Amino acid sequence: MSKNLNLTLHVWRQKNAKCDGKFVEYPAKDISPDMSFLEMLDVVNEGLIHNGEEPITFDHDCREGICGTCGMVINGQPHGPKERTTTCQLHMRSFKDGDSLTLEPWRAEAFPVIKDLLVDRSAFDRIIAAGGFISAPTGTPQDANALPISKENADLAMDAAACIGCAACVAACPNASAMLFLSAKISHLGLLPQGQPERYTRVRDMVAQMDAEEFGTCTNHGECEAACPKGIKMENIARMNRDFIKASLTYRPATAGGGGAG
Amino acid sequence: MADAVCLATGGYGSVFYLSTNAKGCNATAIWRAHQKGAAFANPCYTQIHPTCIPVTGDHQSKLTLMSESLRNDGRIWVPKRKEDCGKPAHQIPEEDRDYYLERKYPSYGNLAPRDISSRAAKQVCDEGRGVGSTGRGVYLDFDASIKRLGQPKIEERYGNLFEMYERITDENPYKEPMRIYPASHYTMGGLWVDYNLMSTIPGLFVLGEANFSDHGANRLGASALMQGLADGYFVLPYTIGGYLAGIKPGTRIKADDPAVKAAEQTTADRTQKFLAIGGKETPTHFHRELGKIMWEFCGMARNEAGLKKALQAIPELRERFWSDLKVPGTGNDLNQTLEVAGRVADFLELGELMCLDALERRESCGGHFREEWQTEEGEALRDDENFTHVAAWEYKGDGQKPVRHIEPLVFENIHLATRSYK
Repeated sequence: MSKNLNLTLHVWRQKNAKCDGKFVEYPAKDISPDMSFLEMLDVVNEGLIHNGEEPITFDHDCREGICGTCGMVINGQPHGPKERTTTCQLHMRSFKDGDSLTLEPWRAEAFPVIKDLLVDRSAFDRIIAAGGFISAPTGTPQDANALPISKENADLAMDAAACIGCAACVAACPNASAMLFLSAKISHLGLLPQGQPERYTRVRDMVAQMDAEEFGTCTNHGECEAACPKGIKMENIARMNRDFIKASLTYRPATAGGGGAG
Repeated sequence: MADAVCLATGGYGSVFYLSTNAKGCNATAIWRAHQKGAAFANPCYTQIHPTCIPVTGDHQSKLTLMSESLRNDGRIWVPKRKEDCGKPAHQIPEEDRDYYLERKYPSYGNLAPRDISSRAAKQVCDEGRGVGSTGRGVYLDFDASIKRLGQPKIEERYGNLFEMYERITDENPYKEPMRIYPASHYTMGGLWVDYNLMSTIPGLFVLGEANFSDHGANRLGASALMQGLADGYFVLPYTIGGYLAGIKPGTRIKADDPAVKAAEQTTADRTQKFLAIGGKETPTHFHRELGKIMWEFCGMARNEAGLKKALQAIPELRERFWSDLKVPGTGNDLNQTLEVAGRVADFLELGELMCLDALERRESCGGHFREEWQTEEGEALRDDENFTHVAAWEYKGDGQKPVRHIEPLVFENIHLATRSYK
């Protein structure tokens, strides 16, 4: 059994979006290496409550790396030092006794801080609402073979669908660009037969919303791919750009319908 | 204000504190609706899933499910002798291993249903034959499958799960067997609904795990997804219209209605009450305590003495909660401790109803195993004559005993039988 750890945390504390924030130092004592990073924060918070202080606010939910709710910048790295790992799946055995850790929220103009380490990511919801859907009706499923799709494309769509929308890509990007996230959604739907009807309106609408939310653009730093806990690849951005150019060149404004019998 | 409300707020498995549910899962919506008149059906029907990563210590905040599919290729065992439990698995020879599911259920083996597999794991650990540092764990061993199919095949099938296991436990399941233990996973009980998914409050619809329908006393693999899709896509869109059609235009209540004002006031008062207690303990402390009571007395196996103990312990804990709780901060901005306090307050009431329901259902049925009702071989024994019914509980007010209503179950085509996995 490995030895418990004593750490020093420098945590960003900010009352709300309007107030200034600052780093506050807290000790994290007697931390079991089996704890997840969030469980370590739970322990620190229990101590703060006992002292009558307000605990550190952070976002979390499933705690098994699949919901995309948690995330903070740990020593400059979104989700911390372990690759392809969300903050909730990062375990304290990744750290050494005596380590000093700096915890910050996702920093981006489009993500205002709500409190401490918790930011408002509803800009992502609005991007999804702008086009991240299909209009194919549900109902009795047809035979699987009625929708021809190559294994390669099915696999690529599945890989893109692994995006959990945690926004680590935005936090990692020097431009606070949301293009890795956006391109994962565009690829996921655009590679599948069910996503074809809206393929080109989708990319236009979602990119327009991304711009309206004031995310930056991609200048190929590659920080996003390195930070992504789900291994989303930058090739998705190339795919999105291709679709976007095609959509822009072939765009026709919608015209009123021809009028039916009536 | 709305003409109708649909609750799709999930189950109450986090009443056990540790569960495979997301940390934010709670019973607040359904519990408060219950207090406003929605009947709560079969609260004692909960599912304990056999294949979760075991608890490592008091800091544990949730448990992670290892997919059921692993049981296709993994063999479950514990040492035959207590003395061997501390040894590394590879030092325990084949003849000293007890593949207890294969032994007890030769035809289903490692694929025995969830409730049976969970109880069997509890039993071997109760006998002192559990593995891992806490002694609450059994092996799920892929050695034979890796030898038969080769590691690449196993990687292709379960690579992501093995990776997740290693991330959490720091052990390589290709080299040493996984350790698993049962954990709260799903709740079959929930708010009572009719075939249109409407609760006993007109206009309040309840969908998915939040309601009690579809699964009965047990849930089989994948059927929760089925219920979510069925309720959301195929039932509610076609039934809610029938209710809406009956509402006269212009009769919707306004935001200044006295009932709305009263509800807002109740919520504000409750917030102030939490903040004013000024005790010493955190909400999570009380949640953990409640979880221990529920797991011990209303978990995988229940009996009258234990349930009566729980029915005494929960109100005591509730009293301590309301006198010794500490919630720092205010109610004017985001206050996560305040939120958790509200969730725990609801669980402290719901837990009591679960125990009451478990006490009243004097039979073993699905996820509800009463030790007094078992066959000589230790299998669940139903009492169809007296308990072929849904128990729907009516809230009667704070401190009042709830009333148990009965909805008989009638089987017209497929008749009741006793399952056997031998």
